[in-house]
Amino acid sequence: MKETNSTNNGFAIEISHLKKVFGDLAAVDDISLSVKKGEIFGLLGPNGAGKSTIIRMLCTLSRPTDGSATVAGYDIVKHDDEVREHIGLVSEKMIMYDQLTARENLKLFGKLYNIPNDALNKRIDELLGFVRMEKWADHRIDTFSTGMKQRINVIRALVNQPEILFLDEPTLGLDPQSTAEIRELIRRINAENGTTIILTTHIMVEADILCKRIGIIDHGKIVALDTPANLKKLVSGTETSAFEIEISNLEPRMISSLQSISSVKSLVQEDPTHLTVRANGNDSFDSIVDNLRKDGAKILMVKNLEPSLEDVFLHLTGREAREKVSENGSQKRGFGPHGRFRRRSARVR
Amino acid sequence: MGVRNIVRHSLWICWKDLLEFSRSKLRLIMLILMPLFMMVMIGFVFPSGDSMISNQPIALANMDAGYNNTFLGNTFVAQLNVINNNTGMMDLSTAKDFDGIKNKIQNSEVNGGIIIPENFSSNILAGEQGYISIIIDQSNPQMSVIIQTVLSKTIEAMGEQMAIHNLNSTYNNVSIIQATSMVKPYNVQIRSVPEGKTNYFQFVAPGIIAMVVMMSLMTGLPHAISYEKDMGTLDGMLAAPINRLSIILGKVMAQTIRGMLQGFVILLLAVLLFGVVIHGSILLVIALVILTVFSFVGLGILITSFTDKEETATMVMMTLMFPMMFLSGVFFPLQQMPSYMQTFAHFLPLTYATTALRKVMVLGADIPAVATEITILVGFGVILLMIAVPMFKRAMSR
Repeated sequence: MKETNSTNNGFAIEISHLKKVFGDLAAVDDISLSVKKGEIFGLLGPNGAGKSTIIRMLCTLSRPTDGSATVAGYDIVKHDDEVREHIGLVSEKMIMYDQLTARENLKLFGKLYNIPNDALNKRIDELLGFVRMEKWADHRIDTFSTGMKQRINVIRALVNQPEILFLDEPTLGLDPQSTAEIRELIRRINAENGTTIILTTHIMVEADILCKRIGIIDHGKIVALDTPANLKKLVSGTETSAFEIEISNLEPRMISSLQSISSVKSLVQEDPTHLTVRANGNDSFDSIVDNLRKDGAKILMVKNLEPSLEDVFLHLTGREAREKVSENGSQKRGFGPHGRFRRRSARVR
Repeated sequence: MGVRNIVRHSLWICWKDLLEFSRSKLRLIMLILMPLFMMVMIGFVFPSGDSMISNQPIALANMDAGYNNTFLGNTFVAQLNVINNNTGMMDLSTAKDFDGIKNKIQNSEVNGGIIIPENFSSNILAGEQGYISIIIDQSNPQMSVIIQTVLSKTIEAMGEQMAIHNLNSTYNNVSIIQATSMVKPYNVQIRSVPEGKTNYFQFVAPGIIAMVVMMSLMTGLPHAISYEKDMGTLDGMLAAPINRLSIILGKVMAQTIRGMLQGFVILLLAVLLFGVVIHGSILLVIALVILTVFSFVGLGILITSFTDKEETATMVMMTLMFPMMFLSGVFFPLQQMPSYMQTFAHFLPLTYATTALRKVMVLGADIPAVATEITILVGFGVILLMIAVPMFKRAMSR
């Protein structure tokens, strides 16, 4: 009872009024969007915004409470098996068996897609070559570094040559080098195979450099959906400006004094000598510098920050500043790779 | 799709599980050590059929005052010493009186005592019975029962010998044989089906095999699934176009093979080290073990579906397993339990598995003899699976 693949309209994914409720929490609240074939689409939002829940529903791991969606032209509820044939999933936690070798892991998943032995062996070698891991094929996963593991984890999701690849926070917990490697890998998968990629992240830079279009999600709702450039235009049109200030003798009283200025909208202490200040109005720069001088601050550097997706986010939700201040300004985004903790801490907010 | 694919996928998942298992040396070692410990432990902890007590510290208070310078108490003590030198069951020490023995028991110096009262000689010589008191330690009921039994029997046997001797020497025309038949007209001899010495291992080995296979499956299955759920690897399988049944089937196969291996280790140990003789068909034994697994699979899957975390699953398993271990007649015969417990035991599949295995292994029974148990085990399996499989499917797509 295979239904004809109806993706002729050029959409890889079409979501219509999708909803998922856990208890009395609407994790995904009436979301509608479409993802074009061959696109890298980013779902951006803070922890607990509902990104992972959307991915899980699209991957048929979780049933929607309401609404519908098609993936590769198949309904995610009625034709879940057909959907599964056409997707690859890289989820927050690595889908790999540590005691098995890279090849054994790939073989297991290949076999779950009924790929015959010859074709599978060829495919595995091809994929290992794609991430330059041929040498490590017969080594156990638990001997790999996190970056190596994630490379194998990503090609594992490609073993069935999916039309659509879902990446749920693929660079979470990776060091900068591995992060760059994985981002490059994502770009290559998209460029060389034309694979549609859905990427969730809470890292603004990642969405900015990888994605053609970005949907910003907050509290289970889409608050904006556009190209990164257009999204940034949303902010530059406003009067908000951001400065990074380096002060060699930064003291708490200087911070509280800055906070008392009416035009200052938010203030985050990034480290012992750096502040990020967002303020309204044209004369805000003057009043900030005057104020700091008055307090005897030795200003080493002031940098006017370009609008970033972060600003877009702040502009759209007004939430980020609140979140950061409540964390004493010392805690940066993300709490590490442990999804459960992150999610809870974000939901309690 | 269809059945062939379900089986094929489940075989790959089983392959993966066993491969993972074989990569952990510690787990492989435990696979053999666990049954070994279990057998050895049971061998030493539980009373074995022909194990006599040995070197039990016993206090002896000879308070016999004698009669006309005849001290029969001393004769009794001498005889007891002779017997004890042969059997070595007691480590005799002396005490003054009841209080002396009581003191020694309280100080854990002895496990029991024997008192020969003051009037021992005078009673006997007056043609009455001589009384002997056995003092037991109530804080150790198991031991005191054994000591009580053994001492009573020994002293009774001594009395019988005395009676035979007296008859023989009093009446000239009564031979020793006649005297024996007069004192002990019935001579009990124990024979068993099949012939051979009774051995507690013989009794307990079939039950342990059934239990270990059950334990392996019941702890292994929820663990295997919830562990993968926690690790996130289950999502990989769920996002693949495979039937949910393949996952559980693959896991069941892997756990069953593991459990069977352990069961086989036990069987081997029982035969090689503990002198257990298998009287029935080994094929029937294997078939019964597989049937045991079948009867438990549903329960394992059910618990897997209900529990979301590995910890919870393990806790639920332990809670269910302990009563099963002790109420299914693995270690003690069902008949020893109070009647309401016996009724309860009949709702546990392990009871039937143990009974059937015991019948085949110990009594050499064939299929018709265990047909009832087989039917009940199949029934348990089918009913539990009919409940468990839909629950599992639902739990997997929450």
